[in-house]
Amino acid sequence: MRQTTTEKTTHPALIFWIVAGWVGFVLLPWYGVEDFWFMEWLTDGWPLDTDYAPALFLLLQGEKPWLWPVLPALAAPLLVMRRPKTDPLYAQILLAAGGFGFAWLIAQGLGIGIRGWNAGWLEALFGPLGDRQYGMGYGALIVASAFLFLFTQGIAARGAINGDVFVTGAIGGVIAVVTIFVFFPIAKMLLAAFVTEEGGHSVVVFLSKFFDDRIWGLGCLSGARCGVAWNSLFLAVLVGVLSTALGLVFALVLTRSGFRFKRSLRAITVLPIITPPFVIGLAIILLFGLSGTVTTWVADLVGMRPTRWVYGLPGVLIAQLLAFTPIAFLVLIGVVEGVSPSMEEAAQTLRASRWQTFRTVSLPLMRPGLANAFLLGFIESMADFGNPLVLGGNFDVLSTEIFFAIVGAQYDQGRAAILAIVLLAFTLAAFYLQRFWLGRKSYTTVTGKGDAGVHPEMPRGLAIPVYAVAAIWGAFTIVIYGMILYGSVVQLWGVDNTLTFKHYITAFAVRIEDGGIRWTGSAWDSFWTTMMIATVAAPLTAAIGLITAYLLTRQDFAGKRSFEFGTMLSFAIPGTVIGVSYILAFNIPPIEITGTGLILVISFIFRNMPVGVRAGIASMSQLDRSLDESSLTLGANSWQTFRRVILPLLRPAILAALVYSFVRAMTAISAVIFLVSARYDMATSYIIGRVENNDYGLAIAYSTALIFVMLAAVGLLQLMVGRTRIGRRMSHEQGGG
Amino acid sequence: MAGVNSRAASVVFENVTKIYGRDVVAVNDVSLRIEPGKLVTLLGPSGCGKTTTLRMIAGLEMASKGRILIGDKDVTTLPATDRDVSMVFQSYALFPHMTVLENVSYGLKFSGYSKSETRDRAMAGLSLVGLDGYGGRLPSELSGGQQQRVAVARALVLEPEVLLFDEPLSNLDAKLRRHVREEIREIQQNLGLTVVYVTHDQEEALAVSDEIVVMKNAAIAQIGPPRALYDAPADTFVADFIGEANLIACEIVSVTGDVAEVAVTGVRHSLPARGLKPGPATLALRPSRIRIVEAGGLAATVEKVTYVGPRMEYTFAGDFGQVFAVSDNVDTPYRAGDGVMIGLAASGPVLVPDA
Repeated sequence: MRQTTTEKTTHPALIFWIVAGWVGFVLLPWYGVEDFWFMEWLTDGWPLDTDYAPALFLLLQGEKPWLWPVLPALAAPLLVMRRPKTDPLYAQILLAAGGFGFAWLIAQGLGIGIRGWNAGWLEALFGPLGDRQYGMGYGALIVASAFLFLFTQGIAARGAINGDVFVTGAIGGVIAVVTIFVFFPIAKMLLAAFVTEEGGHSVVVFLSKFFDDRIWGLGCLSGARCGVAWNSLFLAVLVGVLSTALGLVFALVLTRSGFRFKRSLRAITVLPIITPPFVIGLAIILLFGLSGTVTTWVADLVGMRPTRWVYGLPGVLIAQLLAFTPIAFLVLIGVVEGVSPSMEEAAQTLRASRWQTFRTVSLPLMRPGLANAFLLGFIESMADFGNPLVLGGNFDVLSTEIFFAIVGAQYDQGRAAILAIVLLAFTLAAFYLQRFWLGRKSYTTVTGKGDAGVHPEMPRGLAIPVYAVAAIWGAFTIVIYGMILYGSVVQLWGVDNTLTFKHYITAFAVRIEDGGIRWTGSAWDSFWTTMMIATVAAPLTAAIGLITAYLLTRQDFAGKRSFEFGTMLSFAIPGTVIGVSYILAFNIPPIEITGTGLILVISFIFRNMPVGVRAGIASMSQLDRSLDESSLTLGANSWQTFRRVILPLLRPAILAALVYSFVRAMTAISAVIFLVSARYDMATSYIIGRVENNDYGLAIAYSTALIFVMLAAVGLLQLMVGRTRIGRRMSHEQGGG
Repeated sequence: MAGVNSRAASVVFENVTKIYGRDVVAVNDVSLRIEPGKLVTLLGPSGCGKTTTLRMIAGLEMASKGRILIGDKDVTTLPATDRDVSMVFQSYALFPHMTVLENVSYGLKFSGYSKSETRDRAMAGLSLVGLDGYGGRLPSELSGGQQQRVAVARALVLEPEVLLFDEPLSNLDAKLRRHVREEIREIQQNLGLTVVYVTHDQEEALAVSDEIVVMKNAAIAQIGPPRALYDAPADTFVADFIGEANLIACEIVSVTGDVAEVAVTGVRHSLPARGLKPGPATLALRPSRIRIVEAGGLAATVEKVTYVGPRMEYTFAGDFGQVFAVSDNVDTPYRAGDGVMIGLAASGPVLVPDA
């Protein structure tokens, strides 16, 4: 019966984490093991070989003596297993043991590096260590998690958040992972910007690098070249403004006109989302490049020599607009539809003409959407790597400069860090400006309540230009995609236009021999890696995103606003910056994961998490809070409520988060290009490599294949997640009263 | 066949205060005792703290100060999950992705019943509210009244120590309201449940309650059975909030025993003193209790006359101010401009202290 639940002395969550802690300490290899999941280490000297040994066996062999203090911290929680939760000792012991254990693990991880002590004062204090640290493995990971969740259970037992173990654990978990995988790398990167050639730290070095003429030069005003920062900023503002305007045009055609082919219009505008961004750059080269169709045609017509005019700002701008307008559209369609028709109807009954209604009511209510769309376009443009690389010519932008600073002949981590800081400053500034401009309005536009009205059509003066722009842009998009498809089956673009499947065959050939399939095509390696990493990353991204959204919409706790800011911050961090900071942070112990598939998965999770959070928040705020409350008063705890009531009602959001993170993991390039290794090459970086070798045919063929794979994957996910059975009327009525 | 039984318990508030944020006081130092098996209504205008009080019983809000006891157990710090209380929400809060039967079984699943017993109890709950055979439907396939009954059944089957209703009738149309409120009262009395019921509709409160707690500005204005509140309001707020009252300024001239001599614009009258001392006071006159007399009343003229079908509504004006009155006599109504005398009957007018 329910009354008994409060005095019970068995705590399943507590026992689970205590056991997990001991398993991590006694059974699992403490340090990182390559190819852990092949389990070869089990037969290869475990548990005594120091490479594979669990922490306890390391200690017993006299190795890594700094791990001794972990033992009492693991033992202490055993004392509270039979105590009731209300016992003050219960909370105190868990807080002390969990807190100390977690802090100690962090301290030893940061304090001891690959060459012994990390800081001079530690060496002075304790003498030389004569030992070194390796990258943490699953043993360390599990023990650290155990400490963290024991600590949060201690907090819960103290009475925080009504003593809710699930909620406190979730908050602690999200804070921990965001700190480790967002804040820690960024901090590392900031630090790297101060490093001198001798390895010390200096502000002067930072300043001289920061105010370098190559970054901030204003030469373009007098005919020379401008600094990369100005180039990036100018491009990003242009892309932000134009993609927002174009997105609005399509949203208006779709919601406020009698246009008949709305479905196909939607399809066309959504298509670029499943297209790797630089593919559009390739298509533009095929059209407008030196031997491009349009260029040669116009040149013949006018009798001029074809030029390379498209390389530089015009080409990058067109490509980015094609790539990011659909994103602006997706943001704006929700907002444009969300403007309550009854507001517009009210304005009309108050004697406003259609145009006045649009200008004074509809447009101001769309303000948050416009701001969001601009911000997205701005950030995407800043972070875009593929298109500037393919089409940039002499027009340098921050993202490509960062790349060349890291991988080029100069190999200057400090410069890469500085450029990344500039890039980050721009996007964060845009993020802040947007929040400042919107104030607190952005949350109130969509109420989720039913509305019986009908959106009025656009005023005529607006409709004609809107139609014209939409038609031209739509046609252009179709041509671009036609080029992509066509380009993939042409022998050699502009030189030999005979049709052929040879690019597909080179990339995706299979041979059946010896009763098995041999994937002989050159693209298969990167293709399977991409599929695997996208499949692993998508559900994790959705899970973290939705749990965060649940905490933000449904729970109140101290520091919730900074929590929200922290989780949304990675949204304003361009992929290029993530890439650089991950290399700087995770190349050395305690977390040494560069060159693995894991770092790719993690970078995708934290790159795409904000979208999961946003999708979750949007749909959760449409679920009436009384649903959770009634579940709680019926005796379900918060985890049961989350699983049985919230999650089933969130299927559309789950689908959105899954699809988005899957697709992004397959198409992303900006962070990936820094993190791939020979072993884990991704499709996009492989394609970029082909492009750099002028192997356009193969690159385009591979991209086309990716587009179809993503279409199939999106359809499959839709089937798997299924539809929620909710009567429409019900969901309206919940909002009432 | 499992039925639905009652394990009714009392609810006690000891100096409970609820503060939101830093200084928004939603409930201020409230003490009250709800006897087991009684239906108690929390009544008051919006923002008076009644819903917060209810949610503190449920465990959806935590008291900032004071103690809350259910039965004999201190539940002040227990979250909703661990309290033996169920609640019927204003919006019903039926889970839209579950069938009616799944909704009703939901709480039983967490109470340690076997599968078959869960099913039996849920079916019993549904038949108690007259919804046999609706188990397989989705909430969206039911009418508003049926949804409301599912919500009641879902709360009832847990046999809670206390059952809470948060404005359960506000989403129903007027005719259905009377019907459902009678049903709720009937189930409560048949099963002997402790029910706490929030409403802002005084007629609803008078109709269903054993006892009414009138709240105002985060505190309790008066507690009592419906009749006592109506006939002997503690102050002008309660007098006006329950059943509408004309408030007329008066002067208590003298008090002898528990009878007060009252003067209203020169007219004298004797009334129960209700512990008041001589000095200025207020007289509460129910519109239905106003009688026109031949002589010895307050002189007034008829200002407005409205015919509303079953009765007439009048506004009388005199030196004492304006009063609103209703009369069943629709055949020979007064006309605007007529002069009348308003009588002060022996029972009916009530002295209330100036609030």
